Amino acid sequence: MIFAVLLPFIFAFFIPFLSKIKHRIHTGIFVLLIPLSIFIYFVRFVGTNFSPTRQTYNWIPSLGINFDFYLDGLSLLFVLLITGIGSLVVLYSIYYLDRSERLGHFYVYLLMFMTAMLGVVLSDNVFVLYTFWELTSISSFLLIGYWHFKERSRYGALKSMLITVFGGLSMLGGFVLLSIVTKTTSIQGMIEQADLVLNSNYLPLILIFILLGAFTKSAQFPFHIWLPDAMEAPTPVSAYLHSATMVKAGLFLIARFSPLFHTYEWFYIIVSTVGIITLCWGSYMAVRQTDLKAILAFSTISQLGMIMAMLGFGTKIAIFAAVFHILNHATFKGSLFMVAGIIDHETGTRDIRKLGGLLTLMPITATLAIFGTFSMAGVPLPFLNGFYSKELFFDATVKLPDGGAGIASLLTASIPYLAVFGSIFTFVYSMYFFFGVFTGPQKLALLPKKPHEAPFGMLMSPMLLIAGVVIIGLFPNSFNASFLLHAATAVNPSSEFVDVYFWHGFITPFKMSLIVVGVGLALFLTRRYWKNIYNFFPGKLSFNNLYDGLLEKVDQYTATVTNFYMNGSLKNYVAIIIGTIFIVTLSFMFITDGFTISNDNLADVTGIELAVVFIIAIAAIATIFTNHKLAIILITGVVGYGVAILFVIYRAPDLALTQLVIETVSVVLFLLSFYHFPKLQKREESIASKWMNATLSIGFGALIILVGISAHSSSWFSSISDYFIETSYSLGGGDNIVNVILVDMRGLDTLFEITVLGIAALAIFSLIKLRDKEAK
Amino acid sequence: MYKPNDLILRTTTSLIAFILLGFAVYLLLAGHNSPGGGFVGGLVTSAAVILMYMAYGMETIAKIIPVNFRTVIPVGLLIAVGTGLGSFVFDVPFLSHTFGYFNVPIFGKIELATAMLFDIGVYLTVLGVTITIILNIANDQ
Repeated sequence: MIFAVLLPFIFAFFIPFLSKIKHRIHTGIFVLLIPLSIFIYFVRFVGTNFSPTRQTYNWIPSLGINFDFYLDGLSLLFVLLITGIGSLVVLYSIYYLDRSERLGHFYVYLLMFMTAMLGVVLSDNVFVLYTFWELTSISSFLLIGYWHFKERSRYGALKSMLITVFGGLSMLGGFVLLSIVTKTTSIQGMIEQADLVLNSNYLPLILIFILLGAFTKSAQFPFHIWLPDAMEAPTPVSAYLHSATMVKAGLFLIARFSPLFHTYEWFYIIVSTVGIITLCWGSYMAVRQTDLKAILAFSTISQLGMIMAMLGFGTKIAIFAAVFHILNHATFKGSLFMVAGIIDHETGTRDIRKLGGLLTLMPITATLAIFGTFSMAGVPLPFLNGFYSKELFFDATVKLPDGGAGIASLLTASIPYLAVFGSIFTFVYSMYFFFGVFTGPQKLALLPKKPHEAPFGMLMSPMLLIAGVVIIGLFPNSFNASFLLHAATAVNPSSEFVDVYFWHGFITPFKMSLIVVGVGLALFLTRRYWKNIYNFFPGKLSFNNLYDGLLEKVDQYTATVTNFYMNGSLKNYVAIIIGTIFIVTLSFMFITDGFTISNDNLADVTGIELAVVFIIAIAAIATIFTNHKLAIILITGVVGYGVAILFVIYRAPDLALTQLVIETVSVVLFLLSFYHFPKLQKREESIASKWMNATLSIGFGALIILVGISAHSSSWFSSISDYFIETSYSLGGGDNIVNVILVDMRGLDTLFEITVLGIAALAIFSLIKLRDKEAK
Repeated sequence: MYKPNDLILRTTTSLIAFILLGFAVYLLLAGHNSPGGGFVGGLVTSAAVILMYMAYGMETIAKIIPVNFRTVIPVGLLIAVGTGLGSFVFDVPFLSHTFGYFNVPIFGKIELATAMLFDIGVYLTVLGVTITIILNIANDQ
């Protein structure tokens, strides 16, 4: 299974080479094979006698962090969505993205996302899950900012990154607390010890932290503001990440942890409330949008809220409806995004005010759109899957268990009304989307391009998705027993087979559907009379303004703080750094009573050592009184070489060698940089600042002496060097202990160090080169 | 840019640079059992390249070493990370090393360790970093 998860990531390494020939073969054609083959691999697991499987690969076993892949019904549902929709999206992108675009970048990000998302839904280890979770945020950031020359793209990318990473970090906090309470890093292990968690003092914190992660990722109110701005991404990305998969990671997380929390009352209250508010707010806001993709974005927010609410209910029927709707939503919303992309591609605009009457010009697209929008609206027709899941949703809202007091009972009573309220607006914007684009007068003069039907290849993906809508609509039970039931039981073990059929009789959920259609139709027809209400509510009050204001304030504040000490004087920086080290170390030494002195175990001082130290001291003092650049560099060199000689005397050949070479290279570096500096001038400083400098440097030197003496004399910790001496050859296979420590025993440190080095070098390179470009 | 024209420096450089390069390879290969290693090996190599640069100038360097040192950085990092990831193939934790002794004709019994591969990654990264920084500062107008 690890290979299936990492396959897209590994394949991404070949994309740069494949994209070299993009003018002959579109890179997407190669990429298409990847999600398709993973889909075929996993689709074999679908069946009535499916049982969860687990595979473990060691990663950092000493910290309990391992690649623990756990495939149960819920994961399987998501894996198939990720790879299935993924294949269609890649297919669609082959026609959507022109060959002149930076295809290599696009597909590398997309493949990275695929691995990350597969990792999220398959990991059983909370920390591995978190790692993949953040990787989805990063790849989403890169994909939203794909057209990075557009200001809105960069704004949207940053916004989504800030909000989702904020949530991700708090989720990490929740995971750390959970793993402390349960002493395991496995999610299934935590669920087995649910009692321990429910009785823990940390329970409210754990819940809030984890919910924050899920709510930010799934764009729940009030964190939904990033999703509309994420629509700046290319449409295949919007269809894939911001509708079908990534935004559902939050739902996945809630579903995954709901066996742990579902008996906790506040879990029901918070998740349901947030979900139902998001449902209403998203659908209410969608109606006022003029951009096709913005309508779909708010619609996605509201649908996610609906699923979230159902996961909050936690009843058998609600959970089944939730997983059913996850599948249905992916089909109709994915196809609608692709339709929006086609309209954008063929007419040059997504502004619904400029569109109209495209029915005759783009008949196939219009047919696809009518299935998609009507399914989204929940129109009661027997071939639309959206109706079934909406009906199940209404059913779930009226069948909520009574009981509980206070907020919980109030919530239970009001949910059915709110559900109907939200769904009315869902109906309105669905109709608005379809009729606004495809009927009414044609406004061809306003369009940047002359519209015509899209090429067949581009229509293929939405066609397949719409086929899914109709197949599920006609045979709603076709996937139940073999597929969806397993997903539902993974969330709520008592789930059972729900027989979905079109006609239940004239019962409450059906009446609710009729109310939605009736009122929705009336509102849609009278739309232009009441749409001014948006000027009053929400008017200027919005979380977007709050976000922008907050960001601006933080910017200003940090600029003030940073400019306070970053004043461009290198001397100042050194003084601040040395002064801080001095104060902190000295006070720490006092507090812990760390200074000790003992003269055990001392070696004799030889004449040659004294001579070398003397030379170093003379050279160091001489630098202060020199006013010639070259001389200063050379004298500092003397200090460095002197230290190297000391290393030789103390028989540390490795250190001596490294010190010598470093000294040589840095002298060259100094010479080169000083070449650009202005001529050194006589420093004119006040007496006070000279005294200040002298105090600082003498104090710092004295401090280092104290630390050195204490390091030798104290016996707080037993020395680790014996361990290295003993095991260097037997464990590391090398006689050179320094090298064995560097590459083997502390290899991870070295790996990070060289990474930092590499980043620093590239940063210096870009600093120099970018400045050159700006100067020109 | 100043144009170096120093006969003595040039003549000695062509000799010393090769000694340095040879020494660097020795340091890299011997590092596991005697003083040396990837880090210092990379630094010595950079020192040799910088010496050649000082003696012959940028154009000559670009001609005799047609390598973009910026790409050497990620290559080195990839080798180091790859060595770590290789552990998974043998189902052991990340960055586990192993070693073995082999009898090879001429050389006799020698030791081969995976730590060596990691060290090569370190070597290349250090080389790329040092040269990138120094040559870019040097060529800055």
